[in-house]
Amino acid sequence: MKLKTFKMGGVHPAENKLSRDVAIETFPLPKKVAISMAQHLGAPATPVVQKGDTVKVGQVIGAPTGFVSGFVHSSVSGTVTAVEPRADIAGNMVMHVCIDVEGDEYAEGINTTDRVERDIKGTAEQLLEKIKAAGIVGMGGATFPTHIKLCPPKDKKAEYLIINGAECEPYVTADDRLMREHPHEVVLGARIMAKVLGVESIVIAVEENKPEAYDALCDASLRYVGIEVIQMKKKYPQGGEKQLIDAVTGRRVPSGGLPIDTGCVVQNVATSYAVYQAVQKNRPLTERIMTVTGQCLEQPRNFRVRIGTPISEILAAVGGLPEDAVKVVSGGPMMGKAVANLEATTQKGSSCLLLLTAAQTARTPESVCISCGKCSQACPMGLEPWRLNRLGRAGNTDALEENKIYDCIECGCCQSTCPAHIPLLDIVRSSKADVMKIIRARAQK
Amino acid sequence: MATLTVSPAPHFQSPVTTRHLMNDVLIALSPAVLVSLLFYGWNALMLLAVSVATCLLCEFLIERYLRHREVPSYSATILTGVLLALNLPPAASWWIAFIGGIAAIAIAKMCFGGLGQNIFNPAIFGRVFLLVSFPVAMTTWAAPAGWLGVDAFSGATPLAAVSEGLRQGIPASQIIAEGGLSGWKALFAMAGGSVGEISALALIAGFVYLLVRRVIRPTIPLTILGTVALLTTIFWLINPDKFTGPVFNLLSGGLLLGAIFMATDYVTSPMTTVGMIIYGVIIGVMTVLIRYFGAYPEGVSFAILIANMTVPLLNKYCKPKRFAA
Repeated sequence: MKLKTFKMGGVHPAENKLSRDVAIETFPLPKKVAISMAQHLGAPATPVVQKGDTVKVGQVIGAPTGFVSGFVHSSVSGTVTAVEPRADIAGNMVMHVCIDVEGDEYAEGINTTDRVERDIKGTAEQLLEKIKAAGIVGMGGATFPTHIKLCPPKDKKAEYLIINGAECEPYVTADDRLMREHPHEVVLGARIMAKVLGVESIVIAVEENKPEAYDALCDASLRYVGIEVIQMKKKYPQGGEKQLIDAVTGRRVPSGGLPIDTGCVVQNVATSYAVYQAVQKNRPLTERIMTVTGQCLEQPRNFRVRIGTPISEILAAVGGLPEDAVKVVSGGPMMGKAVANLEATTQKGSSCLLLLTAAQTARTPESVCISCGKCSQACPMGLEPWRLNRLGRAGNTDALEENKIYDCIECGCCQSTCPAHIPLLDIVRSSKADVMKIIRARAQK
Repeated sequence: MATLTVSPAPHFQSPVTTRHLMNDVLIALSPAVLVSLLFYGWNALMLLAVSVATCLLCEFLIERYLRHREVPSYSATILTGVLLALNLPPAASWWIAFIGGIAAIAIAKMCFGGLGQNIFNPAIFGRVFLLVSFPVAMTTWAAPAGWLGVDAFSGATPLAAVSEGLRQGIPASQIIAEGGLSGWKALFAMAGGSVGEISALALIAGFVYLLVRRVIRPTIPLTILGTVALLTTIFWLINPDKFTGPVFNLLSGGLLLGAIFMATDYVTSPMTTVGMIIYGVIIGVMTVLIRYFGAYPEGVSFAILIANMTVPLLNKYCKPKRFAA
């Protein structure tokens, strides 16, 4: 059988799934947590607790501010020691609720058993309300509030719910392990979201390098109609929303459009799992699966980590920051963010901590462009990174816009294939920000 | 506390650098170089050495003392030197290679801004510069003694022989038959020509290597060869006495060398598939027209130079297909 994949561009970086055969371990309860109010795309949540309050696991500590925002819950039980701005992973000062951990007491009504609850009760509206109240966001890394994606505009009809199990980033195995160890929960989460959306067809898409996850999901979905589990070719950035929709349905999200324009809603497998927990177990999003990996680690691991756990504590658990590690990346090597501050804490979107050595992450000086065209061939959006690089350096925003720089999804394919080591995405990213500013200003006029 | 590196994604660079790509092309050329050394011996080695040394010296002096920067890629310069030498007559004197090297690097490459900036393929420019400046030296095909001891191919190249024969009114098929000039012989290194043209098989081996290593895409070479095959078949069917056939044309002269190694030079060829196809067709058509109707028996070099000039336009108007409208 011919495996599906997206048709344009893409690259095959070394897989390095070092932790694929390491089972998920529950990370020990941290002594202190600091929970960010800005773990989702959109406006940061407003803290609703004060210093000195006692909180339980699953208790609301941040309420949404405006439409695109979300709830934040305490991931531990204990006493609030501070509500203050702290540096997050990227070094930005963001409001955090800091809690000293005492015991591990869950808020009332939360079902902490492992039993799989199969009966989906409630209307679409009730389910959606539960998902919203649980503070669920896109856990593939984009962290867009899930409840907003699950209520598309009235004039647009969702036909497919695509569950994203591509996990095309090298190194990261959090989704792989989740699909292998909790396939029933993932499938049920998908069924809940399908009910909310009113769609008949669920497609769970997994890349070919995760055969165990594929088998587990096939088994778990056998008893239901309307769920198709498909294997896709291994190619980065298959997990990108636009690329995944192209791979699964052959439809293309128009420039500047949304996935719903193609009748598709895409949700990550970890999001699906979180939806299951929220609806069937009444359990808000307070923990997630996280890969801690890198060649410089003796034993790469997959942890179930409470949200708000300090990075330094996670590193201590794997033997401390290795001598030769010079960079800690939150996420994968293609799109992850470099951690600026080890005292920063994990968030809802933190899928991986990747430790890289100087040799692995060195940036050698750029050479001249020899017009090999590899960046163009790699671009999954059909752009010409070499041209955007030239225009960007010249500050020619008109020409950049003509060349559709706004379509760039910042996947990094271009830069990672450039034989001259030109920092193509650095230039494109900043030029794109400039062009977007101009486009927004024009729209406001 | 440890010092962390903070930089934007992606967090690694391509393991394949410009140097690797150029070295791969050099490796792909090695069968052709080896065969030419076996057949043309010390003189071929001397031409290679003089050409490469001249190119390196020119590039180094100009980059260091006029542009005040390091040479971006010595591999690219060596490649130009090797390609130039492969395009010279096997019996040429050292000064031919020397002057060709200066023309290739100093004029065609550095005047435009060095690596990545040149419009014309430097090696081809060097060859054409020599061809129009020293026509006699560049078309004297006396073959020097090779290391195999085979007293190979003195006299005219197959293309020149046919050209000369046709001028005297002899039918093309007869010239080829009488002269033992069959194109099939070029496949196994039995026809005369420039240093690198001697064995089609060696060039094709290099082509396969470049494809396997994904250094080049097959689009440009296949379009050129396809265009030449199609056009020559048409002309040959119209009048086999006046026009040579497709096999003869594909395998003789610098067509394979040009199509595989010169027309695919990254800097001077288009980047999109559509651009590559148009570029290939231009080279194919020009080659056939020059070979059949031009003053020179051999047309690949001129065809590539002409097509090089269209590359900026092709890159401008042949954009890749976008993901979505």
